[in-house]
Formats: sequence, C-alpha cells, structure tokens
Amino acid sequence: MSSEYQTTETLDVKGQSCPMPIVKTKQAIDDLEAGDVLEVVATDSGSISDIQGWADGTGGVELLDQVEDGDLYTHYVKKTE
Amino acid sequence: MSTDNPTTSADETDTEFDAAELQALRDRVEELEESMAAVDTGDEQKKMTIVATQGSFDMAYPPLILASTAAAFGWDVVVFHTFWGLDILHEERSKNLKLSSVGNPNMPLPNAVAALPGMDRVTTKMMEKKIADNDTATIEELIETSLDMGVEFQACQMTIDLMDYDEADFYDGVTTGVGAATALQDMADADIQLLV
Repeated sequence: MSSEYQTTETLDVKGQSCPMPIVKTKQAIDDLEAGDVLEVVATDSGSISDIQGWADGTGGVELLDQVEDGDLYTHYVKKTE
Repeated sequence: MSTDNPTTSADETDTEFDAAELQALRDRVEELEESMAAVDTGDEQKKMTIVATQGSFDMAYPPLILASTAAAFGWDVVVFHTFWGLDILHEERSKNLKLSSVGNPNMPLPNAVAALPGMDRVTTKMMEKKIADNDTATIEELIETSLDMGVEFQACQMTIDLMDYDEADFYDGVTTGVGAATALQDMADADIQLLV
C-alpha cells in the first residue's frame, strides 16, 4: 500500500504476535539514521495500541501514522535523533 | 499587633538588598535550576526488576514478554530467576518446560483425568501447537532476543546449588553468583518491581 511518507525501510512482522512486532521495530529503528522513516507491516491487531504506547514511551522516535487495511496494520515510525 | 512586625521587618529587609546580593541570589537560583535539570535527565532512564519464581511453561512467558518489551523501550531490565524460575534460563530444561494440567480450572479437562500419567506432556504439546500456530515466539527465542537487547538475566546462586545445576547449563550471557541482596538492591533502584 502506497503512502505519503518517504519510507527508508520496511519491516515485515506479518504473522508475528506480541511482543515481537515491538521488539523487531526497536531493533530496526536502532539500525536507521535520524530522519529515516520505518514502515512496519503487521497483522497483530494489538500492534495499533502497542506501537503507540512504545512510541510515546521511547525517546528519539515519532509515530507518524497508523493505517488499518483489513487484516493489515501498517505503522510509520520516524527516527528523530 | 503581631502581624505588623513581620511586615515591618520584611520592608526593612527589602531595602537592605543591594545589587551584588541580588546577583548572588540570581546566580544561586540558576545553579539550582541546572542541578535540577541534571537530576531529571538521570531519571529518564527507567529501570525494571522482575523476580521470576515459576518454571511452568505458561509462567515462563510473562516475565520474558515484559522483559523484552521493556528492553524495546530502552529501559534497564534485570530478571532475577529463583527456584523453579531458574529452569527458564537452563538451556536444556527451558526447552522442556511443562504445563500443569492439574489444578488449573481453565483446562478443558476434569482434574481426575488431568492427573493421569503423561497428561502434562499432552497438554503441553497442545499448548506448544497453539503457540506455533499463532506464531507466538518460543521461550528460547524470547530469551535470545532479550539477551541481544541487553536484558540482564540473573540466576540465583543459592537455588543453582540447591537444584544441583552447573553454571555452564545456562544460556550464554546469564549472570550467576548473585543472591537476594543483589536482587533487593536492583529492586530498590528500579521504577518497577514485579514478582512473577
């Protein structure tokens, strides 16, 4: 699915359940540079709330958007510092 | 009468401040604000300490899920494993943790049937299949991931000796040679303390 964000990398965590989408997102963000945007594609319905909570409680990241499309939950996370 | 006195003395004090004293006060306020800011920065690093005491298949998950997620938040995490909780860190035993089918009212089995020999193995296999079907992480995967992310797993020395385990039996990276005092010190420093 196309988006308005210039994504640097896509992380596919389809099929994986808590806590892996969060853990993998954190690991992927660590490998990026400030200003990069990570697209996380998940099927875990808990990921909407979990990614929000994680982004709120974690320094250096900003949750740009979350898109729900059927069974797919796509999150856009920007590394800010 | 008595209310007049403080007013009078305050007025007198005001007039006694000179420029140098005011500057000294301003400098002091700035200094205190800076040290407050430094303290705030130190507090941003959250710490969590979990004490894991259970070694059944189902009870291995909560501490591991919380530990790996907290590590994803960038928190300092210590999980102190004691008694049956040690089995979670035991490389071989962690792969053979069992679910107890007796005494669990949520099991779709009467206790009389659940108590039959081999039933724990059967219910554990059923649960393992559910976990695989649901793509939930395995215990081993959660431990390896947590270790990668800097979670400190501690194995209580007293229970290692009690259970006759060898330090080499645990996953690489597990801390041994620690006891209750270490755990208490970690708990005292932590923002969140959990006993599982």
